Formats: sequence, structure tokens, C-alpha cells
Amino acid sequence: MTLELKNVCKRVQGITHVKNTSLTLETGQFNVLLGETGSGKTSLIKLMAGLDSLASGQIILNGKDVSNLSAQKRNISLVHQFFVNYPHMSVYDNIASPLKVSGVAKSEIAGRVEEAANILKLKPYLNRKPHELSGGQQQRTALARAIVKESDAVFLDEPLANLDYKLREELRDQLPELFAGRGAVVVYATSEPEEALLLGGRTALMTDGNVVQFGPTADIYRKPRDLDAAKVFSNPPINTAKVTKQGDTVILNDATRWAVSGAAAGLSDGVYTLAIRPNHVMPVETPENSVRLEGNVLVTELSGSESSAHFDMDGQSWVSLAPGVHPYFVGEVHTFYLDPSHCFFFAPDGQFAA
Amino acid sequence: MAQIKLSNLRHSYSPNPSSDADYALKKIDLTWDNGGAYALLGPSGCGKSTLLNIISGLLVPSEGKILFDDQDVTELPPAKRNIAQVFQFPVIYDTMTVYDNLAFPLRNRGRDEDIVKRRVTSIAEMLEVTEMLSTRAANLSPDNKQKISMGRGLVREDVNVVMFDEPLTVIDPHLKWKLRSKLKELHQRVKATMIYVTHDQTEALTFADQVVVMQDGEVVQIGTPVELFERPAHTFVGHFIGSPGMNVLPCEVQGGGAFFGGEQVDLEGPATGVVDGSAEVGIRPEFVSVSQNGDGVEAHVRKVSDIGRHKVVEAIAHGSRVHAILDGEAPNAGDAVKLEFKQSQTRLYKDGWLASTQAEGV
Amino acid sequence: MKTQNQRAWIFVLPVLLLVAFNALIPMMTVVNYSVQETFGDNLFFWQGLDWFEQILRSDRFHAALGRQFFFTFMILIIEVPLGIAIALAMPKQGPWVPICLVTMALPMLIPWNVVGAMWNIFTLPDIGLLGYFLNHTLGISYDMTQDPVAAWVTIIIMDVWHWTSLVVLLAYAGLVSIPNAYYQAAEIDGASNLAIFRFIQLPKMKTVLTIAVLLRFMDSFNIYTEPFVLTGGGPGNSTTLLSIDLVKIALGQFDLGPAAAMSLIYFAITLFASWLFYTLMTMNDNKS
Repeated sequence: MTLELKNVCKRVQGITHVKNTSLTLETGQFNVLLGETGSGKTSLIKLMAGLDSLASGQIILNGKDVSNLSAQKRNISLVHQFFVNYPHMSVYDNIASPLKVSGVAKSEIAGRVEEAANILKLKPYLNRKPHELSGGQQQRTALARAIVKESDAVFLDEPLANLDYKLREELRDQLPELFAGRGAVVVYATSEPEEALLLGGRTALMTDGNVVQFGPTADIYRKPRDLDAAKVFSNPPINTAKVTKQGDTVILNDATRWAVSGAAAGLSDGVYTLAIRPNHVMPVETPENSVRLEGNVLVTELSGSESSAHFDMDGQSWVSLAPGVHPYFVGEVHTFYLDPSHCFFFAPDGQFAA
Repeated sequence: MAQIKLSNLRHSYSPNPSSDADYALKKIDLTWDNGGAYALLGPSGCGKSTLLNIISGLLVPSEGKILFDDQDVTELPPAKRNIAQVFQFPVIYDTMTVYDNLAFPLRNRGRDEDIVKRRVTSIAEMLEVTEMLSTRAANLSPDNKQKISMGRGLVREDVNVVMFDEPLTVIDPHLKWKLRSKLKELHQRVKATMIYVTHDQTEALTFADQVVVMQDGEVVQIGTPVELFERPAHTFVGHFIGSPGMNVLPCEVQGGGAFFGGEQVDLEGPATGVVDGSAEVGIRPEFVSVSQNGDGVEAHVRKVSDIGRHKVVEAIAHGSRVHAILDGEAPNAGDAVKLEFKQSQTRLYKDGWLASTQAEGV
Repeated sequence: MKTQNQRAWIFVLPVLLLVAFNALIPMMTVVNYSVQETFGDNLFFWQGLDWFEQILRSDRFHAALGRQFFFTFMILIIEVPLGIAIALAMPKQGPWVPICLVTMALPMLIPWNVVGAMWNIFTLPDIGLLGYFLNHTLGISYDMTQDPVAAWVTIIIMDVWHWTSLVVLLAYAGLVSIPNAYYQAAEIDGASNLAIFRFIQLPKMKTVLTIAVLLRFMDSFNIYTEPFVLTGGGPGNSTTLLSIDLVKIALGQFDLGPAAAMSLIYFAITLFASWLFYTLMTMNDNKS
């Protein structure tokens, strides 16, 4: 099964929400839409689901042109960021509702609801009403409704955004297995780069209604097509700086220069935009992290097992992300070490160079 | 500013609580020092919001007392406690300008206009909202609205405590870190006692000097972010902090040694007060590695997630799930491997509570 | 390629036809009458704008319009604040909520003419509960068929009794939609009850209050049945509101031309005043 978008556009009152997008989404793995709020993820999902009409282009689901079909006629499921269930129905009836609508025999419904409830650990709650459930259970009910239907395509629009992060972790872990072998094309929208990486599959990076890159998640993380793609796929934000390549030296500023290595050696001399992920700027020197950077620490953060520091160097903000806890003092100068083998170089027009 | 003391606090929402399960807060004894930055961390339903509302006076506890500098305020309404609170969703007065919003708590208390002006200007400058002062607050973006709500909490000089109830819920993910760090900076500048309630470990660990971890109406650990990560006092803390959380593996204790699936696991140091029987071994995924020399616990790899800066490996060992965070080379799904636990980071837990001590010199 | 769905027009068409039949066509009939003179037998003579001029210059029209404005003004000035006050006093949760809501809704369920008849009997000096009580127990002389002031007081109280509930219910709906955090924040900010009303409750109720004021304006400005049944426009002409006068001219005197012209002027005033209210009450919304 495939879901194919051909030159899809969406405009509302002269503002473009989705720009000329072509994508072929396949079954068997997650298709992640990654972008900040307002980048067009939800707009694109609405188009694919048939909740919005196209300004131009075509949507082909499983070989059939569905561009002008309404959502009811597309055989799809949608799970929203907010927990959407029928408030007056029990969990059982909620899960059974799409089957009842499509006229599945009563005897078959019971079995399929039970199976979905089993997978999503909802069995003890089948007789409860949604308001008697926790947020995680409510969202699991919505997910059960999506899987019970055996749709051609399932759209998950930031389904974990409103859950406690531990619940998020747990559910995110189960999601790929939940949809494995079901044959549906699964599209998952998120604003968190880490979530895209954890889900694996393929990722489409979005900014301003554009898909800037689409491919296997880990690949596009390691090889961004352009500067925009690198920026979307990084949290904390990727560090960027203007550098000059001269012979076998990369010059960041007067004090900071290093010998060119790897693919960058093949670049012609000139000015490039350097981009380096925060986890390759470390607070301690190692054989890899060898290039010294000095900066005034602005902000530090700790996320359990990792610490990050935002520091100012020559009026530019840099971020370092390192495992463990590091003693930083806000307002003081600290030395960081950059790993030159993990630098991206982008040409002045933003295209990936090395 | 004041020291806040909670003594023998219990609270139930039902009028006639009969069992422990009826209590949203089971028994809380806590002291918050003057000028500290605290976080209350726990999953939804753990009682952290109940506790917050008791401190602010929106709720009167079923039992126990709240003391502000040894003065009993248990029965006082919020307005009399001289506290400030920032809510999950921004509360702004739609019809007022940003300036009037910030001035509101001061004007209600009859402060002179020149004091109002000085305070509002300085708070606006700290929050970087100076250029918005004359706009109507109703027209701001959610993150700016929340900044104004925070500003109203900070504008009074003499508050006993400023409380934040999951204040970043409505903020866009890519703006969150800015507000997170802004709050930390504000605490360093204002030096008021602040309590930050959240379910998000990054928010709690970034903001607070001391984190109070709660579960099921009880405090399970109070400590610095480093203590919580390195030596969780309870398996819940180990699980809740860190992603993925600490591996908790069932084991048998026999003659002071811990046996996982029949194999002895080297602990950080001697077990304390543990009789023979079943217990748990706790080890963080960061300290699990794939053995190169054939030693270690047998396991087979179920799933490998490449998250860029490292790989998260999920393996099954003796029927239990073990997570490992690996840099560089990682096995593939389906491989049989041997896992090694870093001894200095391998701890013993009995009935959920930490039951091993660190050996001298480790 | 344009994929805008043109079929939408098919769904709108029935409504358009319905509006045409029940509003546009009758109105065009009225416009037709307003520029002609008729003596029956389907004989019509062209009059141009004479009727409009005559009505606009007539003292009788001015007096009725003045009474109409006074009535509407009294209704709004009493019912809106009273409605808000009752809504504020109503419980926001608990077993009393449905009881209060049903009690509030009761007067609105009674047909207009029944309300008029009820109050007529209620206020009769010899047998009416209120009339007898005032005259014979308290010794206050009260007879709305004789005393214009008594008649005015009675029709205003009757309307307040009948329609304040509408304002109450709308204001209540606005109040219960305010999240609790607003009240908690205001309490912590040290706001007085007045400040809470002024800065939280009133702004949050604004949308529903705009609707309430508009509805009460239009209804009271066009009111006919209740005062007509209660006082018949008397004593004398003292409670002859615009609508009552209009019916007198149209059906009493059978002056269809002037009555039609008057209807159109009446309609124009209602429309203009509604627009004015709406504009004034929402003008601050878009300001930054």
C-alpha cells in the first residue's frame, strides 16, 4: 500500500500552508513529519486525510486518486494531539464505533475490539467512560479506534504531545509494534527531533510548508541536504558559523583554526557555513574533540543524564550537549572542544557541500 | 521571603477517608528554605498539584499544618499569605495593557504609582517585554502571555514564595528552553523562594537546586539533580529520571551476593540490612555495555534505535528487559550478546528502596 | 485546477427560497402599500413618498416613538444589570444548579398573550391578588386602568418578570465558562470582588452580553402582545407604544398606506439601532 502526493498545494486567503509537495509514503515503517509548530505538518495531514481540499495537485491512495474524496470515503484513521473520544460512550463502544459505522457483523466486532483492547492494555477499562480514564488511557482508546478499523492510512498528529513524558516514552516504544504488519501507511507528525529518531523509519523535514528533505531517518540526520534540513533536525539547535577554507585549514576566527579532514578536504577554497551538532561540542578535551572554543556561559540545562550549555563566542550563541553532569558557572568563561570530523559544510546558497 | 514548613500534612478529597488509598497526600513533612529553587517532580496524579494548592491556600489540608517562618497559615486564604502563583494556562486580564497587568497586584495593595512604575519597568526588562508594555495583553502570543503571568508573580518584592504549576504546558517546544532558562535566571536575580511543579525531568532538573520527587501522594526522594540521577533512593526515581530510565532487574540475594538469573552481579558495595530473598538490581542504561571478552549476562537484542548521538539497545536477559545506551558500534536486532554492568553504578534495591552502599575507594 | 465544491449552492438554495418567501415577499408588499392609497376594491392610487412625510411630521408618531424608546430604555437599564446580578448570585455547581436554571426558564415558557392576561387579572383592584393587596391591605391607591404611572410601572415590571431570565441564562453561561485559574490568580493578586467583576467576569461575559442586549433591545422595541393585552395602550394613549399605534392605524382605521410607511420607518429604526449597539459593543475587540 502506498500514499502518493503529487505537487500538492494548500493556500488559505493568499497564505501558502503547503507548498508544491511531492512524496511517496509507504507501508511497513513509520513516515514521520518533523517540523516546528506552524511548519505545515498538520496542514499536510489534513490534506492527506481529506479534511481540507487541495488548491492543486493530486493524492493517490493505493493506486486510486482520492484528491476529491471526503475523509469519510478514504478509509483512513486520524489520531489527534488532544484526546478525542465520544464522551457519552464506554471505551468498548468507542473502539467499536468505526466498525459499527462500516457495518461489520456484531459477532465479529466483539472479537476485534477485544484484540485491540488487549494490545493497548485497555481490557480492564472497557466499561468505563473516557472521563474516568487517565490521559494515557484516553489516548490509548483513540489509538485502539485507529487500529481496529484496518484503514489504508493512519495519521497520528503529535499523538503524545499532551502526555506526561514517561507515558510518552512508554507509548512511543509500543507504537511501531502496534502498526507493524497491519498494512496501513502510517504518518506521524512531531515537533521533536529525538522522537523522529526513536521512531526510526523515514522522515520528512518540514519548514514553512515545504518538505526540505525526505529519506531514512538516520540517513538524513547524518547527511542533511541543506542548512534548513540540518536546522530542523536538531534540538538543541545546531551550531552554525561562517568559516573560511584555505588550503588544508579551516578558519573560524583568528584564534580558532584547524586542519581540514575527511570529505571537507575536497572542497575548493572559500567561505562556507559550518554546522555542528551540540553533542560534538564538548566541555572536555578528547582525542576527537580537539578544537578549543572559548565562550561566556549564558544558560545551562540538565535533562537527567545530559547537560547542555549555551555560550556566547564573538557575539554568537553556541550550544554544547554532553553526557553526565558538568559544573558550569553562568556568566563565566568556559572552554569547549569541537570535533572537527563531525562538521557539516554548506555552500553560501545553503546547499550541502561536505 | 520566608522559610516554609509543612508538618504532618495529609489531604483527602473525600469527606470520610477510610484507607490510605483515599488520601491524595499521604504524609508530608518538608521544609523549604528561604530563597531556594525547588521543583516538585512526579507523574500526573501523584499529588503534586494538591500539595501546591495547599501551600498557596487554595486548598485547606485535612490534617497537618503549614508554617511560614513559624507562623501558622494553614487556615489563611491565598490573599493573606503573600504568595504568588503562575498557572498552567496563562491568566491575563484581557482588557488591560501589559503594563496594567503587571501593575495589578501592586495597585490592588495600594502601592504608590512611582513604586509601581519602578517595579513594573524592572520586571518587564528582566522578561524582555519592555516594548510590549503598552499593547493590550489579549493580543499577545501564548508564550508572551505566559511571560506576563510570570511577571505578575514576580512583581511584588515581598512575596513569601512564587509557585509555578507546569507553566510551560502551552509553550511551543522550540521556545521552551528559552523560558526554562529565563526562569532560572530570574531566580538568580530575584532570590525569592520558588517552587516549580512539573512532570518533565528537564524542566525540574534545570530549574531546581533541590528536587522533590513524588509518587502516589508521598515524597520518595529529595535531592540535587546529580544525586537523583546518580543514586536514586528508590527504583521509582531511577525509572522516572533519565530516558530511558534505570533498568530494574529482579534478583535473589544469597549470603550478601545478588544473583540475576542465577549469575552473580557485582554490586557497588555491601548490601545493608538485606536478608536473603528476592530483591532488585538497579543499573542505568548509560552504564550497561556490550562485553568484548565473553563475560557478562547473556541477552538477546530485541531492538536498536539509532538516535544520532548514541544508540539505544533493548535486550532481553533472563526474561527481563534491559536497556543500554551505546556510543559507536552496536549489535543488531536478533544478535545474542553478553552485557556488562559497571560495578560502581550497580545498586541493590529491596522493596523499592536503595539497599546497597558504595564501597570505600570506588 | 480549482476543486472548490460548487455543490454547496444546492444546500443553501432552500434557505434562500425560505427567506424570500417569509421575509422579502411580504416586505415588498409593504413597500408597495407604502407608496399608494387604497379605498378597498383593489383600487390603488399612486402617492409617492407622501405617507412617509406625513408620518414623520405627525405628533402622534413622535409621541408613540418617544414612549417606545422610553420603554426600551427602562427595560435595558433594569434587565441587564439585574440579569447579571442574578447570574452572579446563582450557584455554579451542586444540586441547586438545575433547580435554579429551571426556575429561571419558567417565565419564558409562558405565551405572550397569557402573560398579559395573567398580569391583567393579577393587578385588578377588586379581585387581583396584587391589586387587592395594594389597595385594601396596604391602602395604596393603585389602578392601572385609571393611572398612567401605575400602568407604566406595571408593563415594565411585567416585562422584567418575563424576560430578565434570558439575560440571566446568557450571563450565567458566560460565567461558568471562566476557568477556575482566573479566580485563583485574581485572589492571589489581591483583587477585590469589584476588580474581579470588572477585569475578569465582565470581559469574559462580553460576547454573551452583547447577544443579550441585542435580543432584549429588539424584543422590547418591537413588543406588542403583552402590553396590548394588559393595558390596551391606555389609560388614554399613555402606554400606546409604537407597535400598538401601528396596529391601530392599520387595522383600527384601515389606513394601509400610512401604516405601511410607518412599518418601514419602524423597521429602519430597529435595524439602525441594532447595528449601532453591535458596533459600539464590539468596537474595542479589534483594537491593539
